[in-house]
Amino acid sequence: MSARMQKSALAVLATYLCAPNLFAEFRVNMPEGVTRISEEVYSLHMLVFWVCVVIAIIVFGLMFYAIIKHRKSKGAVAKNFHESLKVEILWTAIPALIVFALGYRAFFTLEKMYDYDDSALTVEIVGYQWKWRYSYLMDDAAKEDSAQGTQFPVSFFSNLITPESQINNTEAKGEHYLLEVDEPLVLPVGSKVRFILTSADVIHSWWVPQLSVKKDAIPGIVNEAWTLIEKPGTYRGQCTELCGKGHGFMPVVVQAVSQTEFDQWMLGKQDEARQKASLNVKTWTMGELMETGERAYNTYCAACHQANGEGLPPAFPALKNSAIALGPVEAHLDIVINGSRVNPAMAAFGAQLSAAEIAAIITYERNAWGNNTGDMVTPQDVSNFGSSQ
Amino acid sequence: MTTLDHDHSDHGPAKGLSRWLFSTNHKDIGTLYLWFSLSMFFLGGLFAMVIRAELFQPGLQLVQPEFFNQMTTMHGLIMVFGAVMPAFVGLANWMIPLMIGAPDMALPRMNNLSFWILPFAFAMLVSTLFMEGGAPDFGWTFYAPLSTTYAPPSVTFFIFAVHIMGASSIMGAINVIATILNMRAPGMTWMKMPLFVWTWLITAFLLIAVMPVLAGVVTMMLMDIHFGTSFFSAAGGGSPLLFQHLFWFFGHPEVYIMILPAFGVVSAIIPAFARKKLFGYHSMVWATASIAVLSFIVWAHHMFTVGIPFAGELFFMASTMLIAVPTGVKVFNWVATMFHGSMTFETPMLFAIAFVVLFTIGGFSGLMLAVAPADFQYHDTYFVVAHFHYVLVPGAVFSIIAATYYWLPKWCGRMYNETLGKTHFWLSFIGVNVTFFPQHFIGLAGMPRRIPDYAVQFADFNMVSSIGAFFFGSSQLLFLFIIIHTIVAGKKAEAKPWEGAEGLEWTVPSPAPHHTFETPPDVK
Repeated sequence: MSARMQKSALAVLATYLCAPNLFAEFRVNMPEGVTRISEEVYSLHMLVFWVCVVIAIIVFGLMFYAIIKHRKSKGAVAKNFHESLKVEILWTAIPALIVFALGYRAFFTLEKMYDYDDSALTVEIVGYQWKWRYSYLMDDAAKEDSAQGTQFPVSFFSNLITPESQINNTEAKGEHYLLEVDEPLVLPVGSKVRFILTSADVIHSWWVPQLSVKKDAIPGIVNEAWTLIEKPGTYRGQCTELCGKGHGFMPVVVQAVSQTEFDQWMLGKQDEARQKASLNVKTWTMGELMETGERAYNTYCAACHQANGEGLPPAFPALKNSAIALGPVEAHLDIVINGSRVNPAMAAFGAQLSAAEIAAIITYERNAWGNNTGDMVTPQDVSNFGSSQ
Repeated sequence: MTTLDHDHSDHGPAKGLSRWLFSTNHKDIGTLYLWFSLSMFFLGGLFAMVIRAELFQPGLQLVQPEFFNQMTTMHGLIMVFGAVMPAFVGLANWMIPLMIGAPDMALPRMNNLSFWILPFAFAMLVSTLFMEGGAPDFGWTFYAPLSTTYAPPSVTFFIFAVHIMGASSIMGAINVIATILNMRAPGMTWMKMPLFVWTWLITAFLLIAVMPVLAGVVTMMLMDIHFGTSFFSAAGGGSPLLFQHLFWFFGHPEVYIMILPAFGVVSAIIPAFARKKLFGYHSMVWATASIAVLSFIVWAHHMFTVGIPFAGELFFMASTMLIAVPTGVKVFNWVATMFHGSMTFETPMLFAIAFVVLFTIGGFSGLMLAVAPADFQYHDTYFVVAHFHYVLVPGAVFSIIAATYYWLPKWCGRMYNETLGKTHFWLSFIGVNVTFFPQHFIGLAGMPRRIPDYAVQFADFNMVSSIGAFFFGSSQLLFLFIIIHTIVAGKKAEAKPWEGAEGLEWTVPSPAPHHTFETPPDVK
């Protein structure tokens, strides 16, 4: 059966089984995807599927023939055969040959998936509870430029942006409900991209069905994967390893663009990184810190401590009226930068966020929800605290 | 040795609660196991209903993600360790001595102990739901470090509960082995043993081999959590992958522990209602043994995405696909048994036939999952959920239900109502397929497992699946009703209520007297 016929048969099946869906294309099968590998995986999947279907038709066909014909109510009398070495050898050997053939076919696809060489670009993917961080690794030339201050490392977090109101059903769900992020991973089409994956806390798994890439991000272990996207577009996936309460809320979004667009985007990110660096040295006002702080808090902190600062005790303590937020600034800086020594759920944010972001978040936490300490923490305070350690 | 000249049939079981608390009788202990298993089946089912209710629509409606994770974890643990495993131990207790012509299990006091520690283990496990920080929320596979560094405080109680369950299983397995090796009636040679006895013998060896590994894993967790070791923490020189290797070295044989006795049950029922001897008895025994051996060398197929080396992927892909061969032999043998038989379709037979078809569908998806490159797409999606529920629900659970209908006349001396039984079958058959078949689709379309909320394109099939689950769940109440109705008001059953049934268990009256085969039967 041709791929087209398979697809149309499945489409018909889908239409009959279910009411048409308003949003996405209706799917009952694995996507063919947008890479050579994903197409190979798809055809391998269909091959095994049809082999199973054929075996099922033969075996169940014989069984139902017996069920219909050889029933007592139709006067069937049991025959007395119960052993046949020939038949048994046959139905051991044939399945063995089939699985050998399938394994042989799978070998070649697997071999390609394990070939990480000759990549044009390497992206480091780090899983966090419950977001991804993408860093574009620099080659040697870029590293030299970076030392001279003409190149900036490009690294960012990718967070879910579906609003709480949609999750809690007080607002209609959007087209990409739970599969939308603030900053997608941007990749060029037509060149081989290598991923290296690890995790900052528990095990996560990075999956984009359209690319047929799924690899676990494991703390203390560095994994590899690669892709070569052929078609520009936005490809969505999710974390596929249970990683705590936010497991369903850390999508993966890859935006594949042409090489020219990618280069332009890279230049833009360079500018952004330059500006971000300058934010760490500029003079902030209380209003600016509170505004930036609220935004950053909602992105990085609210998943656990909640937007209203009340947390989810005991795992995620409240910040409203808390000893940390109302106590000495040093202790507050310490727990945000270095993480909690007693509660592993509180990660060390020193390496994750810029000095300006940390300053804004701490200022916000010390002045929001009735925590009116009036304290203003500046990026300089954060840097000083860091270097004093 | 002197011959004791007294007959036990003059004194029946003790009266009241002490009959059950202090029983060393294999039939009473079997009954306890079966009732315990049924109650856990409903409790685990209740948790499944919570899961399916939350997944009825996208968005969070009933429960928060923290509690959802506790439900998936408790559902898995209770169904595996509380429902399926004790049910098979119950069947073993009741049937193995009757099938091999033994007066009781070899180690009756240990038998009592291995059952009576179970309610405490599960009471402790369930009590974690009411603890501060909630119940275990890291899935029944409890991967570190989510289950160690990041676990709720109740994890310690979970570890203790798993230890007790493991001890119970090991004692049960020792008892089964000791009974089969030593207490067969004269003439009951190895190759005359019913297949249920064979499959249980092999299962018992699997249990003894892997339950200590599970005990080791949870002990290492305990050390990591409370005593500062770093078995599973890279920061201290350990590895989260060590956990997974150890867990699946236990976990893969564990799934065969849950299915091999089911093969035994089905191999007893199909010949009985086809009125024809089981086809290929010898190859059935060898297939069971090969599956058991292979089960020790396939564990890393659960870990294709963790980054094992190319050679490792190839090895575990090949060994896993190889399991399809002996499993196929079994299915072919069952079909050949039915072929040119003289079949009738009482409730046990219906469940057994559904087992063959639906378990095979689970086997097909298993073969697909074994293909490593494709597994990258299936891994940890609803496709996997569909796969293992197909082998566990219409697989293991259907075989337990079939066994209950088949041997219930022997256990309580009364026949169940055939119309009600068939109704129960059709409701279950429809329910199970409506629940789990669409999960193949949503998995292939990209829905990860263990998520409390999902993207809108998965909405339709999730709703279908939830409706199926409520339907299936409520049909099991009919099962409970049928059992109680049979015990209270069933028609009296003959010693051998099934025309085509064979085996020593049908030579004793129904209900089976408190003591049977005090004089060993003569097996020709």
